[in-house]
Amino acid sequence: MDLNQKFTPQTWPKHPEQATLEGKNKIVGLWIFLASDTVLFASVFATYIALKDHGPAGMTFAAKDLYELPLAFIMTMLLLTSSLTSVYAMYHMKNYNYSGVRTWMGITVLLGLGFLALEIYEFQHYVHIGFGYTQSAFSSAFFTLVGMHGIHVIIGLIWISGLIFRNSKRGLNLYNAPKFFAASLYWHFIDVVWVFIFTVVYLMGVLG
Amino acid sequence: MSHETHVEVRTQAQYEYDKAHSKAHMRKQVVNFAIMIFLTFVAFASVVAGFPATFIAPVILLLAGIQVVLQLYAFMHLEDRSTHMVGVIEFFIWSGGFLAFTFFVAFTTIIWWG
Repeated sequence: MDLNQKFTPQTWPKHPEQATLEGKNKIVGLWIFLASDTVLFASVFATYIALKDHGPAGMTFAAKDLYELPLAFIMTMLLLTSSLTSVYAMYHMKNYNYSGVRTWMGITVLLGLGFLALEIYEFQHYVHIGFGYTQSAFSSAFFTLVGMHGIHVIIGLIWISGLIFRNSKRGLNLYNAPKFFAASLYWHFIDVVWVFIFTVVYLMGVLG
Repeated sequence: MSHETHVEVRTQAQYEYDKAHSKAHMRKQVVNFAIMIFLTFVAFASVVAGFPATFIAPVILLLAGIQVVLQLYAFMHLEDRSTHMVGVIEFFIWSGGFLAFTFFVAFTTIIWWG
């Protein structure tokens, strides 16, 4: 069977992302990557927790006075909503509605860009008030952890927009359905990590 | 590479049944999303409300845990038991979670001991 075979809603498989052996392997492989990514984030999380509020004597910045909850709340809402929009994209993929997939993936990218813009603003603000990467052990651990997540967001945005552009004229088939599905899994994982960041870094930081 | 692919034409009735089924599933996903938003809101509100930190910290960590399980099983489709090698996937992801927990325990106990 040709991977570029055209389908109709009636012939489109129920689980298009797992209809081919390649699709099946791709999903399992992506999950194993996500498990290893969990370990990567665990190490930077543990480092952050160990070094929180530690640094040279006379260090002026403590987590309690630094973080601003309204900004963290807006960022959380943007990322959480982008998770739902990619679920909508996968719903339309099941129904063989390609314009739906493109539209909702596009909204996901826009929400992700909004999140990224706020994160850049936040980092820029911290550096501006003197809380730079080399200011203290605490600042290094903070920027490494949250920046690592930010890099994941950037990679996810390039990945998803690349998929949208490369497949803009191809239409849905069994070649690109697993690709969209894998990108959406990765995007959900970014949200999973952010749930721990807003809890452990921002909320528990404000708690003191 | 796609030799295992089996394409069948669904009857109109089957097609409409599947469509209604995935629509109902999407409604469930929106409910899951509403729960996640609610948990996030509770976490932020309880910190702003200024309860003692020793009480709030475990509560918001629990809320985060619930939200992550919802993401993994609902949004990332782990609840779909027909996923290829779902047991292997679960083994890897929970092993990752277990390692994450040991890192957390090690770094919060050993580093500043004594």
